[in-house]
Amino acid sequence: MSTTAIPAGTKWWNGGRSPFNASYGKVMMWYFLMSDAFTFGAFLISYGTIRFSVNDWADPNKVFNSFPFAGHANLPLAFVSLMTFILIFSSVTMVLAVHEGHNMNRKGVEKYMILTIIGGAAFVSCQAWEWSHLLTGEHITLLNDGTLSVLPTTASSNPWGLPLEHSAMLAALQKTPHDQLANIASTIHHTGAEAVHNTYAMSDPELLNMISTSEIHANHLGRPAFGSYFFGITGFHGFHVLSGVVINIVMYTKTKLGHFDQRGHYEMIEKAGLYWHFVDLVWVFVFLCFYLV
Amino acid sequence: MSQHTISPEITHQSDHSEGTGRIWKIFWVLSLLTVIELALGYFLYFKGADMAHFAILGTKMVIGALTLLKAYYIVSVFMHLGDEVRNMIMTITVPLVLFIWFIIAFLFDGNSWKNLRNTNAGSKPNIEKIQTAPIKEGSRK
Repeated sequence: MSTTAIPAGTKWWNGGRSPFNASYGKVMMWYFLMSDAFTFGAFLISYGTIRFSVNDWADPNKVFNSFPFAGHANLPLAFVSLMTFILIFSSVTMVLAVHEGHNMNRKGVEKYMILTIIGGAAFVSCQAWEWSHLLTGEHITLLNDGTLSVLPTTASSNPWGLPLEHSAMLAALQKTPHDQLANIASTIHHTGAEAVHNTYAMSDPELLNMISTSEIHANHLGRPAFGSYFFGITGFHGFHVLSGVVINIVMYTKTKLGHFDQRGHYEMIEKAGLYWHFVDLVWVFVFLCFYLV
Repeated sequence: MSQHTISPEITHQSDHSEGTGRIWKIFWVLSLLTVIELALGYFLYFKGADMAHFAILGTKMVIGALTLLKAYYIVSVFMHLGDEVRNMIMTITVPLVLFIWFIIAFLFDGNSWKNLRNTNAGSKPNIEKIQTAPIKEGSRK
């Protein structure tokens, strides 16, 4: 693996040289990333433990099945694949920037840093869309009091329990109060804010008639931990991506100002690159734990 | 090779004149592994309902193994850890061995909780508490 030709019998610990053949900053960046790996690892293992401990964890293929501008089409894994490829590609442009830095090619570093920043910004934008889609979603759910309601996916509300039987749904509809019925009616007819006002003015029998019970899908209430873990872990990862983009912008600016040419080496690009690749590395596991399995 | 010195204490410079061929090769390897993972994910999505429990678990473990392979390529090639001296590689990777215990112990614990929940000795399954009408036996699988 190693491309460095090191003479046999080199005395690493005799002083005057770095025993790890690396600068203090680079070694410490590695140790920071190792500790960060334990933080993310602990989060993901905690998520796995809770998920393993229940019978009715949410099915990711049902929760994450939408794509921007695709309406209500059922497209599981599609959007998250796009996000994964964006991040892999931005990792490649980062390692190319590091490579240009080794060759002291300032123009090359600038070009690949710009591409990496664009990739990072694209990823964060995708995540913003995904979050807002989940947080503003409308799903008909059986509440613990036996009534039906319309719920989004948030850190504390999870409409992704087990599917509700048809007979149970009919029974629950009879108990559901007027304004919840109005919300359900406007949700299933995909009407805007003005129409919600209209359904509020309708009577209960009219609303029940409007809610064609054979075509609506309702679930039991799911585990609140699902949203807490999803938003907590993808949020912590997204914050890493965001700070990585900021670090890369700083590195791009310093490259542009010629700081690294004056210094005689582009090691800062290498260290920023380590952080950026780590963000990609964590995503590989988030992708596995939340979407694939 | 260009002349650049980070510090006089770094006595061996890696040879960076090799070009970008290896980087692009790893890009295609990572993309291919991701495509295989997605294919297995879709396989579970379409066929999972008819599959035995151990077959689903086996497929998920294959996906997990492919993820570890991706992680190896990212760390070894993109982060250049494979090009560092052996002592440095060991101080980074040996502590990560803790994860083997960490994952096995905690997932086993979670699974044990589920088994307890589903017996009368533990608390009843949540589904029985919130159910307002009878549910078909076996429809939960």
